[in-house]
Amino acid sequence: MAEEVRGAAEGEPSEALKPVRGAAEGEPSAASKRSYDKLIFELSSPGRHAFSLPEPDVPKSDVQALLPERHLRRQPAELPEVSEVDVIRHYSRLSRLNYGVDTHFYPLGSCTMKYNPRINEDMARLPGFGALHPLAPEEASQGALQLMHELAADLAEIAGMDAVSLQPAAGAQGELAGVLMIRAYHLANGERRTKVLIPDSAHGTNPASTAIAGYRVVQLKSEANGEVDVLDLERNLDDETAAFMLTLPNTLGMFEPRIIEIIEMCHAKGVQVYMDGANLNAILGIVRPGDLGFDVCHFNLHKTFTTPHGGGGPGAGPVGVKSHLMPFLPTPVVTRREGRARRSRRRAERSVDAKAGGTPTYALDWNRPKSIGKLQTFWGNFGMLVRAYTYLRTMGPAGLRSVSDNAVLNANYIMKRLEAHYDAGAPGPCMHECVMSARRQKKLGVTALDIAKRLLDLGFYAPSIYFPLIVEEALMIEPTETESKETLDEFCDAMIRIAKEAEEHPAVIHDAPLTTPVRRLDQTRAARYPDLRWRPPAESSRV
Amino acid sequence: MRYISNTPAQQREMLATIGAGTIEDLLARIPQKARLSRPLALAEPLAEGDLVRHMRALAGRNADAESFACFLGAGHYDHAIPSPINHLISRGEFFTAYTPYQPEASQGTLRTIYEYQTMIAELTGMDVANASIYDGGSALAEAALMARDITGRNEVVMTAGVHPLSRRVVETYGQGLGLQLRTAPLGDGITDADGLRKAVSGKTAAIVVQSPNLFGCLEEIADAAAVAHEAGALLIASVDPVNLGVLEAPGAQGVDICVGEGQGLGVPLGFGGPNLGVLAVKKDFIRRIPGRLAGATVDLDGHRGFVLTLQAREQHIRREKATSNICTNVALCALMGTIYMSIMGKAGLVRVGELSTAKAHYAAEVLAAVPGVRLRFGAPFFKEFTLALSKPPERVARRLLKDRILAGVPLARFDRKLRDCLVVAVTERRTRAEIDAFAAALAKAVA
Amino acid sequence: MANVPKELKYTREHEWAKVEGGRVRVGITAFAQEQLGDVVFVELPKKGAKVAQMQSFGVVESVKAVSDLFAPIAGDVVEVNTELTGAPELVNQDPYGRGWMLVIVPEVPGELDLLLSADQYEQHIAGSAH
Repeated sequence: MAEEVRGAAEGEPSEALKPVRGAAEGEPSAASKRSYDKLIFELSSPGRHAFSLPEPDVPKSDVQALLPERHLRRQPAELPEVSEVDVIRHYSRLSRLNYGVDTHFYPLGSCTMKYNPRINEDMARLPGFGALHPLAPEEASQGALQLMHELAADLAEIAGMDAVSLQPAAGAQGELAGVLMIRAYHLANGERRTKVLIPDSAHGTNPASTAIAGYRVVQLKSEANGEVDVLDLERNLDDETAAFMLTLPNTLGMFEPRIIEIIEMCHAKGVQVYMDGANLNAILGIVRPGDLGFDVCHFNLHKTFTTPHGGGGPGAGPVGVKSHLMPFLPTPVVTRREGRARRSRRRAERSVDAKAGGTPTYALDWNRPKSIGKLQTFWGNFGMLVRAYTYLRTMGPAGLRSVSDNAVLNANYIMKRLEAHYDAGAPGPCMHECVMSARRQKKLGVTALDIAKRLLDLGFYAPSIYFPLIVEEALMIEPTETESKETLDEFCDAMIRIAKEAEEHPAVIHDAPLTTPVRRLDQTRAARYPDLRWRPPAESSRV
Repeated sequence: MRYISNTPAQQREMLATIGAGTIEDLLARIPQKARLSRPLALAEPLAEGDLVRHMRALAGRNADAESFACFLGAGHYDHAIPSPINHLISRGEFFTAYTPYQPEASQGTLRTIYEYQTMIAELTGMDVANASIYDGGSALAEAALMARDITGRNEVVMTAGVHPLSRRVVETYGQGLGLQLRTAPLGDGITDADGLRKAVSGKTAAIVVQSPNLFGCLEEIADAAAVAHEAGALLIASVDPVNLGVLEAPGAQGVDICVGEGQGLGVPLGFGGPNLGVLAVKKDFIRRIPGRLAGATVDLDGHRGFVLTLQAREQHIRREKATSNICTNVALCALMGTIYMSIMGKAGLVRVGELSTAKAHYAAEVLAAVPGVRLRFGAPFFKEFTLALSKPPERVARRLLKDRILAGVPLARFDRKLRDCLVVAVTERRTRAEIDAFAAALAKAVA
Repeated sequence: MANVPKELKYTREHEWAKVEGGRVRVGITAFAQEQLGDVVFVELPKKGAKVAQMQSFGVVESVKAVSDLFAPIAGDVVEVNTELTGAPELVNQDPYGRGWMLVIVPEVPGELDLLLSADQYEQHIAGSAH
């Protein structure tokens, strides 16, 4: 593949590049940012190593003597041969090619890229949590089980649900669990329902999860402002319908004003209603899905509850249900049995140390004959559960309310500052995110994609683009509550600048990004000729 | 509130710009009867010092592998985690980034995914690995659905040594699609060859073999592949990638889809999560593979760059026709795995396997020599083995906790017929002294 | 000026059909490939497969989208354009020529008459363009 550009250590200009046309004064040219471009395999040198392992301390250590030959590897795996210095330097340099929340405003809509508290990281790394085997005897895992039980109870309280399973590994798994529980519920009632209604504004995981559950997806049209088309819903509600899946607030950042009525309509036809909890950051302490009538919802701990995004995971997607769905929860369920002396006190007064009086015991209940089964082998992404729990203990009820208040304030501030320059996807006020449209700019030949790339040059990660599908040239902006007014102003100034550039000299937008480690990438080539693994230069990299 | 930057004064300025009086005004669209009329009934917040005290107390009530000698396995293993990993994955640019939707600003993550895909493909001997699935169980479920999709058949034959909890995940994923599971019976610790042939038919989409299996025994993967292919079915192998420095690569044995739990590659035990689901396939199946893929390409200047590719398979484009509903991968865990495999490297991963199996064989010998204890199966094993005890294994395990030993996994929960059995895992972290102490304590417990 | 050859028949789903004696050649229109963007992959059935009218016989993928391919008529697939495996860009470059996809021997006489004429198809795409 590409040879290293000579002299291309960070900061040194490369000879290969031409001066950048249209670059504003003071902006570094792409040349000076030509960045680190190695893969770990390219640092390999035979015989180098970074590991530290003891000598065998048992008498027989010759593998050839211990195992039958047919089970032994014939060709060694060609893994890198590097020193520890190589490893640290290589991955440190790679990290600097990324934008993250720690370094950049990251307004990806519906992803809730809020600050990831460091105390969460410290707590997750306590050996009693991080080094605990999932199959350690229950009596020797009480601290972990207690944490899970309390977190589940807290999430249930936040969402107005009766029970929560912490097992699903991500939002998509939470959705799958939710839809499978709805399916089990209908079957237990002797009903064979075959379809699920999903708005055209929904996230792609909604129909994908529904299809795995064996349902036919019926897509409902939304109104132009993203609200449910109640007439279309009514037309489609019948006794073949198993469920209606909704995101609240919706993917245009709007609260559905007729939500209670909509849920009542569904229930009247025996249809269960599912809430996609991706946008929970808008309504903490303000509205609870359970109070509105939702039967089941999922949570994204990596969105609302600050567990880090990690470059694309791991997340955690607990699912909450009303009591009629509890028999179907994934197995096992974490249970609590009171200690002998005192009964548990009211939650709000609950002492942080429950040792006074009889200590409750926690256990895994496997006796769940109606359970839908398991989403993953063990009990859930416990490391993320520790982080979310730590966050809840840091924030408390007033803190969570203030999260949503400020998330809503920040999004509306952006919407207001941009309204003269960009069309709104729907009229305001919005909730925790706003959807703008680059419709005006498209007429000048500048698309949402172009705007996203230009933002990278101006020092911001881009908002989500082209989602929701029902808004033309959509830019979905979710600032979150952890951003300051100064940052929001810088972002809005940049967006306004881009709107002006679209009118006055769009070339600088079309050329963007220029200051990132690479310029726009050839996606077509990547898909037509997939190159999905490195091979030594003698071989072709093409699969 | 330290995570919220705006002061009341700034909030007022912003409201003035918006033209609202209070934040409540911005919530006016929400019908009153929908509103929560009381604060959330949650515990009051703790200052950091008090919170740390509380968390340490909770953590202190768990028998973790730093304070106990851990002989537990059955899917998660106490392999050593080299020190650089935590430092590198704690860099904010890695762990606070999200999915590489804007590849120009995500080249760090994309390159590490490409490296990960390369290393997993190399280790497993397969053509292509994806960017990871949630865990070994869900990876197995995805593989079963792939096989169903590829062959058009609806039955999966699970050999009896497949981890029962992972099997349960397959059942869960398949219940809405009518996936049928059949079991091929166990012989002496591994799949009975005749039983396997009888279980396979023209309805079989795939055979699933786990090696080493739940009991620690090494299955005959190549033979199973032959049986599968003869019937027009695929072979799915579930393996532990850490073992593949020493054990033969699945790709060299006729495996069509290779899955596994990669937790042993530098991911903490973590009470079972987050994990690292491995999925790798032959090149024929590249367009059916679920999950993310990073691919190499070039930018406008011809410089090498990386992108997420073949995205048309995924949910955000195909929606209900997607190859899967999966959205995230476990990027940070895959990064741990990549760094682990770089640190261990060509020679180190072999040493990890050699040490683990040598110590396991030593442990099997000394433990089976204890009166009242015997090795349950005759098949070869790698780093885990099954003992039959003369006393109930749960009680034995409880007694050994007092000696700060996590003795092994009692099989009663998984198979009533094997309720006298305990599965013991031994990694490179176990010292001879720990193993000898285990034997001594075991002798007292079963006397 | 839309690229809609007069001698072909069309479906509402943007496939074209060309009669060649007792066989019908099928592909997707210039409009379709433009909407899709750069085609990266085409999934086609094997020779000998049976297709039904307006049932999906495969899929065409671009970087950002995927579309089902619908058979204009029912019949047996007697030829498949294997060139598209290595060169999917042919669909973009020459949709009515080297970008062809299948050749079908029709099963039901008269089905072709149910398809759109070039004029009708042109009106159809004019309606959907914005």
